[in-house]
Amino acid sequence: MAKEYKIPTMAEMAAAEKTPEVLFWVGCAGSFDSRAQKVSVAFTKILNEAEVEFAILGKEESCTGDPARRAGNEFVFQMVALQNIETLNLYNVKKIVATCPHCFNVLKNEYPALGGNYEVMHHTQFLQSLINEGRIKLKDGGTFDGKKITYHDSCYLGRANGVYEAPRSVLQNLDNDLVEMQRSKTTGLCCGAGGAQMFKEDEPGKKRINIERTEEALETGAEIVAVNCPFCLTMMSDGIKAKEKQESVMVYDLAELILEKM
Amino acid sequence: MIQQIIFAIVTFASFGFATKQFLKIRRNVLLGKDKDISDQPGERWKNVFLIAFGQKKMFKRWIPAVLHLFIYVAFLFTQIELVEILVDGFFGTHRFFAEPLGALYTAAISSIELLSVGAFFATLIFLIRRNLLAIPRFQMDEMTGFPKFDGNMILILEIILLIGVFSMNGADKVLQNMGADHYHMTGNFAVSTWLGPLLFGGMSEATLVGVERFGWWLHIMTVFAFLNYLPISKHLHIMLAFPNTYFAKLQPKGEMENMTEIMNEVKSMMGLIEADPDAPMDDLPEFGSNDVMNLDWKNVLGAYTCTECGRCTSVCPANITGKKLSPRKVMMDVRDRATEIGKKLDSGDMQWVKEELRAEATMLTKENFDDGKSLFDYISNEELHACTTCNACVEACPVLINPLDIILKMRRYEILTLSAGPGDWLPLFTSMENSGSVWQLPDARDKWAEEATSQN
Repeated sequence: MAKEYKIPTMAEMAAAEKTPEVLFWVGCAGSFDSRAQKVSVAFTKILNEAEVEFAILGKEESCTGDPARRAGNEFVFQMVALQNIETLNLYNVKKIVATCPHCFNVLKNEYPALGGNYEVMHHTQFLQSLINEGRIKLKDGGTFDGKKITYHDSCYLGRANGVYEAPRSVLQNLDNDLVEMQRSKTTGLCCGAGGAQMFKEDEPGKKRINIERTEEALETGAEIVAVNCPFCLTMMSDGIKAKEKQESVMVYDLAELILEKM
Repeated sequence: MIQQIIFAIVTFASFGFATKQFLKIRRNVLLGKDKDISDQPGERWKNVFLIAFGQKKMFKRWIPAVLHLFIYVAFLFTQIELVEILVDGFFGTHRFFAEPLGALYTAAISSIELLSVGAFFATLIFLIRRNLLAIPRFQMDEMTGFPKFDGNMILILEIILLIGVFSMNGADKVLQNMGADHYHMTGNFAVSTWLGPLLFGGMSEATLVGVERFGWWLHIMTVFAFLNYLPISKHLHIMLAFPNTYFAKLQPKGEMENMTEIMNEVKSMMGLIEADPDAPMDDLPEFGSNDVMNLDWKNVLGAYTCTECGRCTSVCPANITGKKLSPRKVMMDVRDRATEIGKKLDSGDMQWVKEELRAEATMLTKENFDDGKSLFDYISNEELHACTTCNACVEACPVLINPLDIILKMRRYEILTLSAGPGDWLPLFTSMENSGSVWQLPDARDKWAEEATSQN
């Protein structure tokens, strides 16, 4: 990469009296989970390459509160959410992009009631607009060219917010065949992580949800499972490993697939 | 004349009793908390027309959708015929609208007949689907006992109704052809013109009059039976689907309702607002829902609207993978609990008054009600904990019922009021509270960025 790769923080921006075009909301997974960190890196590389002026909150970012709220713990949700809104409003943030659909949903739909009003985009929507505006140039040829891709709708981007087309339109720009799973879009099956399930053992049952979904993904014969959510990324990767298919089937976030074509 | 008197008595008794039953349903729905839902009437009417009238969501599964459509449209059209039956019944007339409407009448009855044939076959197929084909959503645990009987009962009533319609019209046509007194010509009906002679041809006039009267009475009596059975049946959806779609949530499905009281408390803790000195000091504040009285009335309306089709449960990831959760059962449980409370309130029995209020209370009301039970006696923690909040059930419901909202309110009760919940969640809450992250980790939140850019 020719230009210097930078991930500035809002504090640094403010010190330099600059206002970024957009705040990148990294989220807990994007910050701490080793696999999701790679997505954060890929996405920030794309932002650098597309010359988007962005910043992260860095140490000033907290969990949006999604898992606590869905578990039923409104107190903890309000504590982290109000803290975040204080920070965001202090920096006069107008526009946010998140790589996690859970963060995206809470920031977009639930912070307004608490006094946080922002224009919020999911990174797949942001990538779509960058491609449409010609700010991202995709090259011919790439490691993944010609491989069959199946796209897994996350619940919080899909059903929760009705975003089905933006990620698909991003995938159309790749030189890959996109095959749909039996259950997709409005009927897409959950990966099993939502509603704070990520942080607890499954209730007794016959099967893990991610295995059910992985089997469906494998049925398509796809070599790449594309996801838009760090928790789906974990769940689907675990499912593929459990099925011992990690040699032949890879799970990637959309941002990683786009970066590979840049 | 005797027929008219009997008819009037039966009609008034039937409507009277049904009204009483429906008012009880209304009372049970309003056991739920007040909630103002009056915004965006345009959007709401759109849902009523598209989803309830237009059955848009049914067509996600086209086989049952087409079959259901036949029964639904036949049902709507039959109401026209029902108006005539009421007029004839009260005034002793016979096919009152035939003469004034002329060809239009023939066309109306003909379309009812054609739709009824469709409905007849649809009903037979539904009976087969429900009882002979192993369609999983009709075979689950919650579909045994009364719910199973209920599903079949409605279909059998439908068939009886159709037998009534065709005996009445068929015998009438044969009588018309014989030039019998009283049975004036009505033009050719699409089905009974040939079905009548086929079934009843060659019978004597007296027998035919008997068959015609039998069909007429069977028709109206089935309608009355149906009307009075509705309030205890899942079939209430034919009425409640309309208000339920009107009052359905319009915000994005992912949006959870804010708890203002907790927000304000946290805001005042953080010094963002002054604590309200007039705020009521409740010793044991209750948050979330553990019973019908602290759900919204809209949740209870959904419960009575549910027709137990099981589309929600058949797409629930937890249910599909063998967990105990079934969104349909959640709705049935809320309805059964509301009905139980309603019955106990009707009894007026002072043993259901909260113990500490029993001395002063003069009557049993929903405010002082306490029978020592709650929704948690119906819905287990295991069911609530299995939900991934994926909204598949909400998306699947053809009449816009929202089981997730109830699950989340009960989770709130469990965590906030009972301080219980899965032990696995404790480290999550602690970590979020202490470090603002879902995992308690020694690393700084932006370490990934520093490491990534250090390779420049």
